[in-house]
Formats: sequence, structure tokens, C-alpha cells
Amino acid sequence: MRRAVIRFGADRRSLLHAFLLLVALAGAWELYVDVGGGNSLVLPAPHQIAVALYQDRSLLWSNFLVTAEEVLLGVLFAVVAALALATAMHFSRIVRSSVYPLLIASQTIPIPLMAPILVLWLGFGLEPKLIVVGLVSFFSIVVTTLAGFASVDPELTKLMRTFGASRWRLFVSVELRWALPGVFTGARLAVIFAVLGAVLAEEAGANSGLGYVFTQSVAQLLTARAFATVVILSAFAILLFAGIGLIQRIALPWSRQPIGSELEPR
Amino acid sequence: MVAAGETVAADPSSLPERAAPAVRLERVTRRYTGRRGVVTALQDVSLALARGEIMAVVGPSGCGKSTLLELVCGLQRPDEGTVQAEPAVLMPQRDLLLPWASALDNAGLALRAQGLPRAEARRRAAPWLDRLGLAEFADARPAELSGGMRQRISFVRSLLAGKDVLALDEPFASLDAITRAEGQAWLAEALAAEPRTVLLVTHDVEEAVLLADRIAVLSARPGRMLAELANPASRPRHRTDPELIALRERVLVTLGAPA
Repeated sequence: MRRAVIRFGADRRSLLHAFLLLVALAGAWELYVDVGGGNSLVLPAPHQIAVALYQDRSLLWSNFLVTAEEVLLGVLFAVVAALALATAMHFSRIVRSSVYPLLIASQTIPIPLMAPILVLWLGFGLEPKLIVVGLVSFFSIVVTTLAGFASVDPELTKLMRTFGASRWRLFVSVELRWALPGVFTGARLAVIFAVLGAVLAEEAGANSGLGYVFTQSVAQLLTARAFATVVILSAFAILLFAGIGLIQRIALPWSRQPIGSELEPR
Repeated sequence: MVAAGETVAADPSSLPERAAPAVRLERVTRRYTGRRGVVTALQDVSLALARGEIMAVVGPSGCGKSTLLELVCGLQRPDEGTVQAEPAVLMPQRDLLLPWASALDNAGLALRAQGLPRAEARRRAAPWLDRLGLAEFADARPAELSGGMRQRISFVRSLLAGKDVLALDEPFASLDAITRAEGQAWLAEALAAEPRTVLLVTHDVEEAVLLADRIAVLSARPGRMLAELANPASRPRHRTDPELIALRERVLVTLGAPA
């Protein structure tokens, strides 16, 4: 518990640093637009974005809920599918060697170009978005989960064997728990891709969501509103990233402790 | 007859109880193929442990001591010779406690590994934590415990695996002198209460003469048996016993230490 408090203290300091950098960047941007006399239709000033955020809050909020649903459900599916696949790959060398190339290949699918086809197949609803979000967030979770399985100390595996543990017991009692921090790491990376994936999928065909609002706003030269959606999307991604870290800290407090040191040979 | 290169668990029913050693190695050689060619870890090593006997294996670093333990535990097979052993369990040099589990759950891990429910594993491990003075730390995670405490939990964990043979791999090597002496004391006590056949690998000669009934001295790589010395003192032994001091000197001389 005490450890958690110390870490929050450290986080607060780094939060301040991040905030100061943001203020400095926004200030420079504001000065550039106001003093440089650029066209605010092309580049809105931060204060105009703030005004858009406030004035269009109900529109932005209702569309944010649509995008958030796509992201959260998509990542949830990706986590479940990635855990299942990583487990199958961990247990079977044949599965691993046959699936890995396909898995990498799946990441080269140009999703922005693919999304309209998915819309054609599945319509304007939730399904094509979930597929896109799942596809872009799935890979990192599989890779970090596999790395988690592989990080189990081989000496511990030997020890479990002399205890008489079955393969399944070893998995349940040791390997699965050992891989959980890896799952969390993968999920943290995944949410960033997932937000981007949801927006791209909406752009391909949707009648709601922040990606849809963005596209419409650009078309209507409501540039400040378009930037406002970007601000919300960024904030959402950061929130998810930090939130997953917080859940890990609470659910797996041991993974935050310096377990590396005690695993090294003394 | 046992074929060369095989590890066989001795079948107690087919052998007379007295005569059957719990562990028997006959002319065992073990090689590894490394990046720089073939390395012989153990060469032509023979030894036998009677039931309930404690044998220490001492030798310089890299004499194949850990290989010896893995052979006895059935984790490796000899390239030549035969290994016969009752079911054996390892106590590793590093404690390898699960960082997420409490002391009590870690102590019961071997029972969980054998498929017992968690509650039952905890129920059986609890008296042992009590016995080794860890009752109040039952719910503590490994990160909150000292090295000596962790090693005690590691020992209980291996003991509760319920195997006849304990293969201890330098159990106190990473501890400071005082904690190590404490460790040797509780180990001797625990084994007096719960006798096992013990193969204790150590590079601490004092530990060997204090705990073991017999001492096998191995040479540097490739590990060959230099001598096997019986301990004239009987359990429980004391460090200051003149017989032990003499034995310690003999072991050191066999190892090539300056007199």
C-alpha cells in the first residue's frame, strides 16, 4: 500500500511536467495563430477549439459515447481472442510456427482501405468497427502475452516438474499468472491503436461517432470542431492508457514490485 | 538390468527394504554440447545413499553439482552409467517463490501442483510455517520477507511435495553468515522431525560436515569423485566438535586447500 502512495507521488510530478509542456505548446500555437494572422479556418487557435468543445458539448458527448463503445468492446474482444490465441501458441509449437507468419501478415492489411469493404459487407452498424478495432489492437496483446509466457523462469518450471505438476497445473498455477503483466502491457498499447482504428472505421462509413463528426466538420469547414474531436480522442486514449495501468497496479500489485531483482542470479 | 543412459525410479516392492539404496548412481557421465564443443560436467561418478541418510556433495564451482541433482530428480538423463532414485524433489538455490502468492500459498505450492485444493494445501502448510517461526508472516508476500524467511518457505514447499529424496542445491549460499547458521539449525531440526534421504550440494565445507552423514568431494570440471568421507560424529552435531573440525580439515585438504 505504501508503495502505491509513493508511486502516486511520483506520478503527480510527471503529470505536472506533462501539463507544463502542453501549456507551452498550446501557448506557442495560440501566439502563432493570433500574431501570425493565419486563417482560422485552416488552423484554429486553441481558444477556438476550447470554445467549440464547450458549444458543441452535447453533440460531441453523444458521438463520443458511440466511439467509446466501439473502442471498449473492440479491445475487450481483442483481449479475449489474443489470450486464447497466445495460449494455443504457447502450448503447441505447430500452432505457433504456423500462426505467427499469418499474425504478422494480418498487421499489414491496410485497414483504412479495407474498412469500406467491411462496411459494404456488414453495413453502417457496430460490427465493422469492432472488426477494425479488434484487428488493430489484437496483435500487440498476443505478442506481449507470449513474451509473458516465455518469461517464466525455466528453473521454476523444473521445480514444478519435480513437484509432480501436470502441464495443465503448471499453466494454471504459474504460467498464466506470470503472463498477466504482459497482457496488461499489450492492452495499454492496444487502446492507442484501438482509438485510431475506431475513427478510421467510422470514416469509412458511419452515421455517428467522433470520426464521423470529424469528417462532417471538415467538409463543412468547421475546423475548430474537427480539432475538438481530436482533443477528445487524445484525452480518451491517454485516460484508457493510464486507467489500464491503474487496474494493473490494483489487481497485480506484485508486478509493480521490483521482482526483477529477485529473479536474477545472486 | 537397467540399460545405460536411463533414469529409473527404483521399485521398492522388488527389492529388499534394507538393501535398496534410495539413490544410486553408477559410473555416471554427463556431457553438454556447448558453443565451444563438448563439455563434460560429470565423469564416472558413483555414489549411493541409504534411506534417511544425508550426503553432502562439495566441490569447486563448475564441478557439475547441479547436474548431479538434476540427474537424481530425473530432470536429466546420464550419457553413460545408470541413475536409480526414489522420487526426488528439488530445493533450488534461488527460492523462486511466486511473487503474487502469500508465504502460506507458496509453502503449499507443491501440493497445489499435485492437484490438491487450495484450502487443503494451506491447511497442511500452516503447521510447518508455525514450526519454522513464520506463523505471523503467513499472509505476507515474498517481497516483504527476508532472504532467510524465503529460504525456509522454499524448504517447506519442497518438503511438502512428499517425495522420499530431497535434493538441496546450495540452499543457504545467498545468505549472510548468521542467517546461514540459523538455516542450518532449522534444517537439521526439520530433518530430525521428518526424516528424508538428502543430497545436499554445497560449497560450504562447514555446512557439509555439520549436516551430512557422509561427504562426497568432487573435483573441478569434469566433476570426478575425489573422496567419500564418513562423518564420525552422529546427529545432532555441533560446530565446535573436535571430530567435525578434523573432518572439515580433511575435506579442505582433499579439495586442495593449503593446510
